[in-house]
Amino acid sequence: MNPLTKISANSKNQNNATLNKKVNNSGYFRYLFKQIYDYKASYLFIVPFTIVFATFTVIPVINAIYYGFTYFNILQPPKFIGWDNYTKLLFDDQIFLIALKNTFIFATITGPVSFFLSLIVAWFVNELSPKIRSIMTLLFFAPALSGVVYIWSLIFSGDQYGYLNAWLLDFGIINIPIQWFIDPIYIKAAIVIVVLWSSLGVGFLTFIAGFQNVDRSLYESGAVDGIKNRYQELWYITLPSIKGQLMFSAVMSITASFGIGDVISALCGFPSSFYGAHTVMNHLQDYGNIRFEMGYACAIATILFLTMVGINKIIQIILSKVGN
Amino acid sequence: MKEVVIKKRRRKLFHVKQSRSVGGNIFVFSLLALLGVFTAFPLYLSIVNSFKPLNELWVFPPRFYVISPTFKNYIDLFTMMSNSTIPFSRYLFNTVLITAVGTFGQIIFASMCAYPLAKHKFPGAKIYFKIIILSLMFSPAVTAIPNFLTMAKIGWIDTYFALIVPVFGSSLGLYLMKQFMEQIHDSMLEAARIDGANEWQTFWKIVMPLVKGAWLTLIVFSVQALWAVASTNMIYSENLKTLNYALGQIMLAGIARAGVATAIVVVMMIVPITTFIVTQSKVIETMASAGIKE
Repeated sequence: MNPLTKISANSKNQNNATLNKKVNNSGYFRYLFKQIYDYKASYLFIVPFTIVFATFTVIPVINAIYYGFTYFNILQPPKFIGWDNYTKLLFDDQIFLIALKNTFIFATITGPVSFFLSLIVAWFVNELSPKIRSIMTLLFFAPALSGVVYIWSLIFSGDQYGYLNAWLLDFGIINIPIQWFIDPIYIKAAIVIVVLWSSLGVGFLTFIAGFQNVDRSLYESGAVDGIKNRYQELWYITLPSIKGQLMFSAVMSITASFGIGDVISALCGFPSSFYGAHTVMNHLQDYGNIRFEMGYACAIATILFLTMVGINKIIQIILSKVGN
Repeated sequence: MKEVVIKKRRRKLFHVKQSRSVGGNIFVFSLLALLGVFTAFPLYLSIVNSFKPLNELWVFPPRFYVISPTFKNYIDLFTMMSNSTIPFSRYLFNTVLITAVGTFGQIIFASMCAYPLAKHKFPGAKIYFKIIILSLMFSPAVTAIPNFLTMAKIGWIDTYFALIVPVFGSSLGLYLMKQFMEQIHDSMLEAARIDGANEWQTFWKIVMPLVKGAWLTLIVFSVQALWAVASTNMIYSENLKTLNYALGQIMLAGIARAGVATAIVVVMMIVPITTFIVTQSKVIETMASAGIKE
């Protein structure tokens, strides 16, 4: 008989297992092995993905942590040097500190703004009729989908033919063209605008879908219970119903906001002038892809990894408390 | 059946009457219009620019419209690409191959793994899924350097494998697939089992057709990512490089290729956007189940 036909019987087995555990441990292990044997088909299903996932995600993370403690230039075998990479990063590498600061500036602006922008735009779009809704969804999702930021290098171009400069000059607001992607005063703002433009991605789609799937009867009973306007409806009914989507979308925005790097090298050059927009991601690419100081690069990667996961965990704890 | 439809309509009407004020509507629509212009303007500009002849690209002040539209930029792009050492068709072939195989593999691998995670309560399933969620929390770029070393060890540097295979292990794909599969009723699977289908048959004949929406969604995200692969780190042979890389090289020429560059932008964005237009309704359906459950 196929073991999986017994799924409904499993809850009973579960009780037996806890009982067995109390009586003696070997019974529990025997039960566990039997379970694993019964589910052997399930394990076969996950094998292909697991191999690839382990090779290209799990092992690299472990490797990055290990190489972070070594001096490794690819030509010679890695040499263990303890915390040297980290002390150098945090105390000697001025550019890393600039990069860290820039990364946090970009992340604290683009992360929350893109999250709330996704939420608000999805909420507005949801008010529209289905046909217009799907056109607007496409419009707002298109920048993230296209992945092309080249047009911004024309808009923010530093000469008088750059669109923004041309209009400002034409209206007499400025006398000389502004070097948007070079001048340290404007470089961060320009990058933030470009990043936000293309930030309505997976999280945004999740919200659109989430809004459409909120149980309609909740709105009716809400109306009976005295909900007067759309804002109350959003706060008391919609948001609690899409808590899972909020969580997922937050993860997506945080991860993206700490991973900003390619946009900067595409628009500002590599490295950006005066390291004005240099992020940890750029620093990682500098040491990994150009200088081939793999040990040092891996230490940077480890710090970035821990930052991303740590911040995500904190936000998850905060979000899970909302509404409780 | 008829009754249900009528009921639905009434509900909608009711809903609108109760909680929507005119002032609020104006506020919502004007803000939406503002954001819409901000989003659409660069896209619009990209498309308009690609039809401008060179002399219109450099007028002061720049125009939002084109006076004498031309396909010259596109024609220039294709002549230039066909005159290069590696023909344009080769770059295109590389990108199409990587996108097609990568997307196909990702769907198969992700759905095979998602099925037991969603539907069998095998020991370790919960921890496995927790690890997947954890891996959503950092961007894959973090593992790029150690990945390069792994590739070098396996001997995959400078082969298609280096670009294709890692995609098969995409955790976002698995995550979306699993969340969607959880909505399938157990009774359907049990019925299949009682009819004598083994797990493999249940998966292919029952589960896969039911999660069509989920794999269409994976197609969108995977095409979006793979179409834009520039392949600079992993591939060194010119004849294995991707379209995005080749187009990037042309763009690097700056002002001399300004006209061609505008055409490149449109060529690069048209494929992922078309994919999304075709699959949109199914994608929205899938994303509804994407929430992280506590």
